Amino acid sequence: MEKLSGLKCKECGRKYQAKAIYVCEFCFGPLEVDYNYKQIKSHISKEKIKTGPNSQWRYWELLPVETESVISLGEGFTPLLPARNLGKLLGLEKLYIKNDAVNPTYSFKDRVVSVAITRAVELGFDTVACASTGNLACSVSAYGAYAGIKSFVFIPVDLEKGKIIGAGIYQPNLIGVEGNYDQVNRLCSEIADTFPWAFVNINIRPYYAEGSKTLGFEVAEQLGWKAPEHVVIPLASGCLMTKIYKGLKEFDMLGLIGKVRTKFSGAQAEGCSPIVTAYKENSEIVKPVKPNTIAKSLAIGNPADGYYAWKTMKETGGFAETVNDEEIIEGIRVLAETEGIFTETAGGVTVGVLKKLAQTGRIKKDELTVAFITGNGLKTQEAVSEAVSRPKKIAPTLKAFTEEFQRM
Amino acid sequence: MATTVKIPAPLRKLTGNQALVETEAETLIDLISDLDRKYPGIKERIYDGKAIRRFINIFVNGEDVRFKDGIKTKITKGSDVSIVPAIAGG
Ligand SMILES: Cc1ncc(COP(=O)(O)O)c(C=O)c1O
Ligand SMILES: [Zn+2]
Repeated sequence: MEKLSGLKCKECGRKYQAKAIYVCEFCFGPLEVDYNYKQIKSHISKEKIKTGPNSQWRYWELLPVETESVISLGEGFTPLLPARNLGKLLGLEKLYIKNDAVNPTYSFKDRVVSVAITRAVELGFDTVACASTGNLACSVSAYGAYAGIKSFVFIPVDLEKGKIIGAGIYQPNLIGVEGNYDQVNRLCSEIADTFPWAFVNINIRPYYAEGSKTLGFEVAEQLGWKAPEHVVIPLASGCLMTKIYKGLKEFDMLGLIGKVRTKFSGAQAEGCSPIVTAYKENSEIVKPVKPNTIAKSLAIGNPADGYYAWKTMKETGGFAETVNDEEIIEGIRVLAETEGIFTETAGGVTVGVLKKLAQTGRIKKDELTVAFITGNGLKTQEAVSEAVSRPKKIAPTLKAFTEEFQRM
Repeated sequence: MATTVKIPAPLRKLTGNQALVETEAETLIDLISDLDRKYPGIKERIYDGKAIRRFINIFVNGEDVRFKDGIKTKITKGSDVSIVPAIAGG
């Protein structure tokens, strides 16, 4: 028996074959990968995982591909760091940072893309594509190059330079669409209907999304095979949070960790917070918005998995909060200053929200908390250009330095 | 001039594989009923009896109807209407 049993509609449970399809023909619910957990349970063990590769592929058993020759640049198995300085500042005794800014293209998207492209090639595609807020663009371009297949990458034309260059260097077919991400997304769903390509976040989405589970697996393994008590996660489409939750629940179901009682808290920018708004209004309808924030990687006004992220936060007793642009910049700065990690705007949102939740007692001081830092600050330098120490210019003499030193 | 409606791939079994269909309806709810007369079964796929289904977006001239009047959104002659399944982000 294969580990993959097929795809299953998340809403009505109808079953489909594990092909390049993504919505239920009946209810339009999203399709999700279904596994033969019994068979997986008889194979998987902590010992086997521990001796696996130092990448997310140590969890191959729980990822939706059949081949063992996966397309990998070594993504995942990133550091989980005790954040003592930041913890002290915020009054949290057991705070950890999952630093996913150090992946091959500097964001957690390498996880999902490695899975998506491996599956796409396995299904026979010779072209990959995506609609992106920036990080996915970089990742698809790099992995497409490495896999030796064509790539078409669609982005809003006004993205940060670090993301445009960070994607363009791999020589994809890069298309800058005059519009916001939701418009890019909509265009791409029409293109995906017409061109026979593997759109990682459209027709390959069921496989792609599974890659984010590995963030949950890793954190559990790195904590000594247990789930954290509280997590703070940035939300754009809501997919990442939904899948980290699924990952922890799978480990629980397979007996690799104890019962999951983790509270899931979500972070969005004030200028684009449809999911947090739904949470605060206690309404399961996530109303779309028109984004206006420096956190461009999170600027999805009409989040496809917003409802599931909303449900995850409600079900687990987590919270939802927003921060404004200034607080985002402050968040980036404070993480760098206290923990030596330079994150992008999405990480600024996460740290800003972490701070709010700690200050208002919604995260308890002795709760084992993990904040997910999902992208790298070198890609969004524009955002912090006013917030950095500038070099103090001096003549190349000891005298000049001594004078400057006295002023410092 | 009639209004054209873009039908997404998962619904084309109902429209005999047509990606574009036409209608003369003047509001979104009438449009949905009109499509259902021509292509029986389409209504319940996109409309749950109260609102547009959670995982469907409908755009009139590029604007999400949730920013307009929902199912009561007016459709002027010659508009472009697209029915698009929700998709994930990146
Ligand atoms: C750095 C970063 N963090 C978090 C997210 C949110 O991911 P999701 O759309 O799965 O909620 C994104 C999405 O693009 C991102 O680029
Ligand atoms: Zn269904």
